[in-house]
Amino acid sequence: MSKETSPLWEVFVRARRGLSHTHVGSLHAPDAELALRNARDVYTRRQEGVSIWVVPASAITASSPDEKDAFFDPAADKVYRHPTFYEVPDGVAHL
Amino acid sequence: MTGTHFEFALGLGDDALIAAQRLGEWTSRAPEMEEDIALANIALDQLGAARLLLTYAGELEGAGRDEDALAYLRDDRQFRNCLLVELPNGDFAVTMAKLFFLSAYQLPLYAALAGCADERLAAIGAKARKESAYHLDHAALWVKRLGDGTEESHRRMQAAVDEVWPYVHELFAADPAAPVDPATLRADFDATVADVLDEATLTRPADGWAPGGGRAGVHTEHLSFLLAEMQVLHRAHPGARW
Amino acid sequence: MYGNDFSAPDDPPGGGLLGEVEAAEAALREAAARARRSGAAPGEDLDAYFADVIEADQKIEPRDWMPDDYRRTLIRQIAQHAHSEIIGMQPEGNWISRAPSLKRKAILLAKVQDEAGHGLYLYAAAETLGIDRDELVELLLSGRQKYSSIFNYPTLTWADVGAIGWLVDGAAIVNQVPLCRCSYGPYARAMIRVCKEESFHQRQGYEILHTLAHGTEGQKAMAQDAVDRWWYPSLAMFGPPDADSTHSAKSMAWKIKRFSNDELRQRFVDMCVGQAEVLGLTLPDPDLRWNDERQAYDYTQPDYDELMQVIKGNGPCNRQRMEHRRRAHTEGAWVREAAAAYAAKRAEKKEKVAA
Repeated sequence: MSKETSPLWEVFVRARRGLSHTHVGSLHAPDAELALRNARDVYTRRQEGVSIWVVPASAITASSPDEKDAFFDPAADKVYRHPTFYEVPDGVAHL
Repeated sequence: MTGTHFEFALGLGDDALIAAQRLGEWTSRAPEMEEDIALANIALDQLGAARLLLTYAGELEGAGRDEDALAYLRDDRQFRNCLLVELPNGDFAVTMAKLFFLSAYQLPLYAALAGCADERLAAIGAKARKESAYHLDHAALWVKRLGDGTEESHRRMQAAVDEVWPYVHELFAADPAAPVDPATLRADFDATVADVLDEATLTRPADGWAPGGGRAGVHTEHLSFLLAEMQVLHRAHPGARW
Repeated sequence: MYGNDFSAPDDPPGGGLLGEVEAAEAALREAAARARRSGAAPGEDLDAYFADVIEADQKIEPRDWMPDDYRRTLIRQIAQHAHSEIIGMQPEGNWISRAPSLKRKAILLAKVQDEAGHGLYLYAAAETLGIDRDELVELLLSGRQKYSSIFNYPTLTWADVGAIGWLVDGAAIVNQVPLCRCSYGPYARAMIRVCKEESFHQRQGYEILHTLAHGTEGQKAMAQDAVDRWWYPSLAMFGPPDADSTHSAKSMAWKIKRFSNDELRQRFVDMCVGQAEVLGLTLPDPDLRWNDERQAYDYTQPDYDELMQVIKGNGPCNRQRMEHRRRAHTEGAWVREAAAAYAAKRAEKKEKVAA
């Protein structure tokens, strides 16, 4: 497994009908089909998900905490990930 | 009638149990961490189906045997699973070949069972068919990747298919009195196998040697070892609760 | 603030801890809701900016500026944690094939599977710091990064599976619950998810021991033997005494670590005493007794020389665990290569169709 042959994928899960897809984490897989299957196994072991999206992490462009400054890692092409890792209770408050 | 149902439920339950036991052996040994989780999921599905089927078999028999009595207190000559599931795991290609053929048989089997007259078996079939569809999908995905991957993986996958193929014939031995006659599932199985092997650039072996006997309790030498390990603790403490 | 709401002896273990995890999760949302400044102002002193964010109990996120040492410390700690989950599959995995009932087999299989999942969450959290999982795996396989020493002890009987659940997972949770409040966002969030699942593991282990301790004479002896062997190694999981701990001070200042090794160890001991009584099992420490003045139990320290030996690679199973992991990795290489080759072929075909 290396960056080139088994890239990183970001995983989004819709936990129930009526909710939007939420970022739940990331995983490695050589292609989209495997990434989707792995996402099902890794992130919905307790049957949380009814719908899963996987997105190549390299396809995501991330903004910086402060766009005007380049004091943090100047490699702007480097994708930094920000896993959520727990189900954000969508529609939490009285929607 | 009930006797036939008992034998039928026992056979399917034993298939699932022994398949789960073999898949469980992969835990912490899979080629990739994500795959470790996938194999455990499939093992858990098989184990879940085994428990439902063995529990029901015990009730049909009416001799007071529960799932654990059936799993832990029978010897290999009393097991009714097909030979395919008891074969050693081999490398990842052999495991995927076994899983592919098993799920290509279990899927139409459970689907047919879901519509059978026996309510309990129908309920089990309805639940297990969804799981089998996932197992088949997973195994097919790997058969294709290994078959059409590297030269080495192609060689290993073809060798695995060749090694395991003879054991599929036993799965479809006719049993017209059973809730689902396995012979009726063969066409479905053959179509699935042809599609996947073709896409995987693999060759379906010629039919010839067709070992059997599992449903009658005549197994390979492997089963006794598998059971010795599976049953050792349970049998060391007769009557204990766990 | 919290720490005295651990489960009363009659409660199932983990109850109070799960509450703490939920409190940490609420605190995380609250901090987010306070919606503090985002980046540093132009020309602002970066160290001061970082200290300011930490001081305000805000989370550091992946693209924030952070001191190199903070990044290194986190990578080391999160990776070690991830490795521990992956290596930790082995001692319990050892009993999957021999689990004494089908129900126990299913529960154990699911538990070991969870550990693989936790390893993956944690590797992903480490990756947000700019290191790749394959590099971390390489560091583990070459022995340059460690995993928790506890997994270098053997599981000799079925009761060991129960003892690992109760004591080892229990100690891990006491260690990990404060990490749900760690200053680094991805690690804190990963730990919230991990701790929620772990608390079920601990209950399972406790239940196994409870059943054994109330079973036949043989089963009870098996349970006591397991507790005798796992008690001191579990105490050692909290690390060396505070006086000898090298990483503690800085990690405390950075809010990566929130309590000292000795504080957490004491908390664990106090929690276990009542639970052992309910089990009807004896903790193997003749000097264990309530200290009214300290409002805590006095106990015998684990053998830290033994801990150092195990860390150095001289525990009963170090070689076996590493060999097992290396073999799985090596024997899986051709499968990973095949998947990569297949993906490349498909991508090429797609390009041709598009062109």
